[in-house]
Amino acid sequence: MKKIINDPESVVEEMLHGMAVSQPQYVTKLEGFNVMVRTTQKKGKVALVSGGGSGHEPSHGGYVGKGMLDAAVAGAVFTSPTPDQIYEAIKAVDTGAGVLLIIKNYTGDVMNFEMAAEMAEADGITVEKVVTQDDVAVENSTWTTGRRGIAGTVLVHKIAGAKAEMGASLTEVKQTAENVIANERSMGMAILPCTVPAAGKPSFILADDEMEIGMGIHGEPGTHREKIQTADGIAQQLVDKILAEGIYHSGDEVAVMVNGLGATPLMELYIVSGKVQAILQEKGIQMVKTYVGNYMTSLEMAGCSVTLLKLDAELKNLLLAPADTPAFVQY
Amino acid sequence: MIRAKDAVKAVGQAVIDNKVFLTELDQAIGDGDHGINMARGFERVFEKIDALQDDTDFSTVLKTVGMALISSVGGAAGPLYGTAFLRAAGACKDKTEIDVVTAKTMLDAAIKGIQDRGKAQKGEKTMLDALIPASEAMGKSLADGKDSRACLSAAVQAAADGVEYTKTIIATKGRASYLGERSIGHQDPGATSSTIMLEAVCKVLK
Repeated sequence: MKKIINDPESVVEEMLHGMAVSQPQYVTKLEGFNVMVRTTQKKGKVALVSGGGSGHEPSHGGYVGKGMLDAAVAGAVFTSPTPDQIYEAIKAVDTGAGVLLIIKNYTGDVMNFEMAAEMAEADGITVEKVVTQDDVAVENSTWTTGRRGIAGTVLVHKIAGAKAEMGASLTEVKQTAENVIANERSMGMAILPCTVPAAGKPSFILADDEMEIGMGIHGEPGTHREKIQTADGIAQQLVDKILAEGIYHSGDEVAVMVNGLGATPLMELYIVSGKVQAILQEKGIQMVKTYVGNYMTSLEMAGCSVTLLKLDAELKNLLLAPADTPAFVQY
Repeated sequence: MIRAKDAVKAVGQAVIDNKVFLTELDQAIGDGDHGINMARGFERVFEKIDALQDDTDFSTVLKTVGMALISSVGGAAGPLYGTAFLRAAGACKDKTEIDVVTAKTMLDAAIKGIQDRGKAQKGEKTMLDALIPASEAMGKSLADGKDSRACLSAAVQAAADGVEYTKTIIATKGRASYLGERSIGHQDPGATSSTIMLEAVCKVLK
């Protein structure tokens, strides 16, 4: 393992410290907890709290700020944060209008956030939750944990955050978040693994000419492995799987996110994005806004994911609203 | 007489000793952190119970274990094992000594806690596939009038068999469920850690 770290056991604390001292105008670390909160909180606004395992930076601390999150809770690398940490985040940002928890759909995340919600509710704080589940690599059925939450989670932060910033109620913000979740789908792939610092070795091995389609953001296996293709072939495969959902049609307006998993150069992401645009154009789908970059990473994994979100008038308006956070600035 | 702190230390040490093994099992079908998280949890447990008197009762010690795991493990294992230890603590309140009947009551309370929190059943490739057979075997041995050593041995054997059984079934809960049929052939890390803990505590109780 070769990493720029001091100690595998303290990577999360040191990262949060670094973030807090580097971006003090945006975020403040809650003393004694792995929680980043907005430096300037808006009173009377519904507060948005998200979080999850670390290693997905800039998710989620990078999205704490105006028009997105009010707090982000950082667990150990790829491990959900514990209920006591989430509970502190909820208490720190509630200003009386209630708190919406945005949870990625993983067994541990859902359990820990639910336990924290129960603790906060016992204190009289109103808490609602939404669970993102945009990854189409996983078949949705009652026999599994359900689809995983991946890069689409960032669009939920953006849009629900804008809704809250405009002064909407907790019920309205939750409804908007649910609307995003219902209309977004993602599909990813990887060509190189990542190494969890405390584990010291890669979580999976791919041969030089191999790629894994549907790879999860924690290195969970995807749908299958195959011989690596060109960027166009990869883009085609990812988009095809998303379009097979049958929710994006000619004439629809969509937002697109071409997300890097950590070690993929922007050059490659733009090549993929070019092909994604061409495929959608051919289908008559209108691209309102495209985000290309590292939004939901998996440490130094090489690979990418594509997310599509179908927009109605409200979602479009909220998507295009301003945001000002360490990792997401839009005027 | 067996002291609660000693029993917990034996359990924790067994988990820490198996840190790499559990992590490797999790890398095959999960997200590769089970051993790391559990070892971190029991290191926190050791800090917390070191602050307790040596003769602290089982219920207090187990409650301390549960709270320490919930606040340090994370993932799914933290809430699940944390809840299990809290429920076991509730099932041995006012008990000064743990006999096999009490041990079974505690195990059953822990199983109920895991089911309440994780909404899983037997046969879904989870820790329950080790723990439920262990409880059943213990119950059968008790009913057959076996002595406590035999009851504990039967529980450990049933849990170990349960781990073997998890190799043959498809995961329908947790991250391994994403794999579908590809989870066959792999033993469940949670069932394995449950068995390691059960084995360690039974060794102390014998």
